[in-house]
Amino acid sequence: MEEILKRAKRVASEAEVYEVSYEETPVVFEANRLKQLQTSQGTTVALRLIREGRLGFATASGEVDPQKLVDMAVETSRFGTPARFRFPDPDAYPPIEVWDAEVEKVSLEAMTGLGESLIAQVRGHAPELVCQCHIIRAVATRRLLNSQGGHAVYKRSVFSVELTGTLVRDTDMLFVSDVQSSCHPIQEVAGMAQTIREQLELSRRQARVSSGQMPVIFTPRGVASALIMPLTLAINGKVVLQGASPLANRLGEVVFDERLSLRDDATIPFRPHSRPCDDEGTPSRPIVLVERGMPAGFLYDLQTAAQAGASSTGSGLRSGGGMPSPSASALVLEEGEAGFHDMVRDMKEGLVVEQLMGAGQGNVLGGEFSGNVLLGYKVERGEIVGRVKDTMVSGNIYKALREIIAVGDRASWVGGALLAPHIYCARLAVATKG
Amino acid sequence: MDESLRHRLSHALTKAQADYAEIRLEESQSTRIVYRGQELEDISHALSFGGNVRALVRGGWGFICFDGLDELPSKMELATAQARLVGKESTRFVPVEPVVAETAPWLKRDPDAVALAEKKRLLDEYNEVIWGTPNIQTSGISYSQARRKVILANSEGSYIEQSRTDVTLRITAVARKDGQVQQATLSLGSLGDYEAISGLHGQVEELARRAVALLNAPQLKGGEYTVVLDPVLAGIFAHEAFGHLSESDFVYENQRLKELMVLGRRFGGQHLNIVDDPTLPGLRGSYEYDDEGTPARKSYLIREGVLVGRLHSRETAAKLGEAPTGHARALDYRHPPLVRMSNTFIEPGQLPFSELIADIKEGVYAKNWYGGTTSMEMFTFSAGEAYMIRHGQIAELLKPVVLTGNVFTTLANIDAIGNDLEMNQGGGCGKGDQVPLPVSSGSPHIRIRRCVVGGG
Repeated sequence: MEEILKRAKRVASEAEVYEVSYEETPVVFEANRLKQLQTSQGTTVALRLIREGRLGFATASGEVDPQKLVDMAVETSRFGTPARFRFPDPDAYPPIEVWDAEVEKVSLEAMTGLGESLIAQVRGHAPELVCQCHIIRAVATRRLLNSQGGHAVYKRSVFSVELTGTLVRDTDMLFVSDVQSSCHPIQEVAGMAQTIREQLELSRRQARVSSGQMPVIFTPRGVASALIMPLTLAINGKVVLQGASPLANRLGEVVFDERLSLRDDATIPFRPHSRPCDDEGTPSRPIVLVERGMPAGFLYDLQTAAQAGASSTGSGLRSGGGMPSPSASALVLEEGEAGFHDMVRDMKEGLVVEQLMGAGQGNVLGGEFSGNVLLGYKVERGEIVGRVKDTMVSGNIYKALREIIAVGDRASWVGGALLAPHIYCARLAVATKG
Repeated sequence: MDESLRHRLSHALTKAQADYAEIRLEESQSTRIVYRGQELEDISHALSFGGNVRALVRGGWGFICFDGLDELPSKMELATAQARLVGKESTRFVPVEPVVAETAPWLKRDPDAVALAEKKRLLDEYNEVIWGTPNIQTSGISYSQARRKVILANSEGSYIEQSRTDVTLRITAVARKDGQVQQATLSLGSLGDYEAISGLHGQVEELARRAVALLNAPQLKGGEYTVVLDPVLAGIFAHEAFGHLSESDFVYENQRLKELMVLGRRFGGQHLNIVDDPTLPGLRGSYEYDDEGTPARKSYLIREGVLVGRLHSRETAAKLGEAPTGHARALDYRHPPLVRMSNTFIEPGQLPFSELIADIKEGVYAKNWYGGTTSMEMFTFSAGEAYMIRHGQIAELLKPVVLTGNVFTTLANIDAIGNDLEMNQGGGCGKGDQVPLPVSSGSPHIRIRRCVVGGG
């Protein structure tokens, strides 16, 4: 890295080298049985430089010839966008804990045992269930150096368990699933087994629903699959800068229900998306995005912040070693006061949606979502009566999240990227067969 | 062919005390050009070199991926040891005749031979077309090209070197009025031909105008409609709704699914034929050998409405007692191969488009790709463009629609198939975490009775 930076400084006014090395070990169960053990290792290096005021960028995986990387970045800088920022000076980073040395020490036997135990617990309830399960331990080291003397380095450990079960009855297929992840090793899977058993139990019967407008309760997973993608776009500083975000120019205006508050928080200890700084070396801090229904801020990286006349929020993240771009780390939707069972009891006729498939395919930028209810239940007179099928739920978050009946009192993590409670929407369009 | 490398790989393979072992190496060079609005957001080059070894012992797999060529024999031993930990049964893996081959890349106008400045100039022109349209709020353009060379060596003596260059272009126009945001998108791609993404100025202009027109378009009332799909969307349907269900790694360990997907079962009318064919020349899903060294071949999935075949890896073929079809494909060296599609399409029938819509009183004409996904039984896909059909005529533009349904019912509800097959190269397929894999899909226009369309 030092060699790349040295060579880059000869031809550029400023430069930055970012390196991520990872080792990942997934244990894969297929059709209830252990199928594959896997170890993946790799290193990716990215060089970003500013030459004659313009940005150049190149990345390489595997063995890197430093001069070649510099040459590639220089070539792109001839066409690159004008740099509006300087790489950050040395800074002090908050001590955010994301490393547990125990993760690396979890044996393959222990991981295998965990998967076997989870599958056995779930199938004890439904012997016909065919399970796929991935248990993954991963460690990664990220390093950043720039020509201003800025430097950052941190290690992060991640352990995750994911199970998907399929139940086939003639042409009817039911999919149940749960995923947990942490920077600590996961040793206990009884909670996951319980979640999946509940999904199976509620799906035992099928219920009919007719087309029309009706209330819908999104579970935390339902929130993730239906509502989050439009929100994530709308709070992105780049989208805002282009004027393509429906939230642009609406800071401080009540856009959503007042019970809705959202922040992006990469500082929660031992969460898989937490970190002391972003991928450009800006320190992490919680960013308030929606405060009691009012847009309160947007996510920025260095370049976008400079263009918008704002400061970086420490949200410059890279996917696959690419160019940094404003991105959410871990979105947190504040809890409300309603219990899930009280929400159901309140409902005369409506749906509970656990997963909406394909909701992110439409005009997401405009806030629209429309998807097939992959897992969801019908509510009649305050009770869940069975699973619904062949049903689409559609809406627009700028209407749906203004017309909220209640926000749940217990948030839960959906993977590493979202902590959300249940959200009870007053009226959404439901379309179905017949 | 690099004989010393070949020798090195064969030597490492001798260290595998396994029923089957392979080494796959991959070298790639790629370029990205991304505009967000009028600003060039990303112009970058990427280089990558890496590989993996995979071993099969008593039905269990070990897989090690790396980014350097050091200590290959010990990596082979480690993969074998992992496979040994997993394997508790017997290996079932169809043997394939060993092949030594070096395939030439399919190139028409080689994207690598086009200067970066020329590419940028073309994209600038497209962007100017969008920005020249009244009421446009912003635009997005994303170009990528990747040249990839993959070497596969296995314990049966195969040594196959394949190269390809994949090109994609996605253009989005965004219109905004009174807080309402609408967008229209064009996705294209090609295998080794820069011309495929050139000269699109007219299409880009039409795209920008449509984004603006959508601001005033009415929202369809959700419900059941007779729907006519254009070749692009019908191709996505063939891929999403039926193609994924034909991937045998989903079926082979599941008794219930085996009963459901039994060969000979009727899925549609006599007119319905669905094919997957990696041997078609010059498409993004085309190749000569898959990532297990099996020669590619054309597979009928549905013939005259009846299930007649499915897509296989060597393992799924062995377990189902069928012939391997050459559909084991890996996204890159970081992943083991999965059963994947290549070029999937519905074969053309007899009817011209005008006859397909002639007797529809009220229906929906859905065009163009926006996205699609499947849970095997249920699918959803979204149309980039939709119109009402009224009394046999294409009528007003609608706000974007999403179609959904149960694959089994929907295949049976296809009651007419057009005569105008077209292949769409703009898609990338996802399965597990391996996305986007280059594929193509296609179809003539098709008509589906009683299809659920989501609306407002």
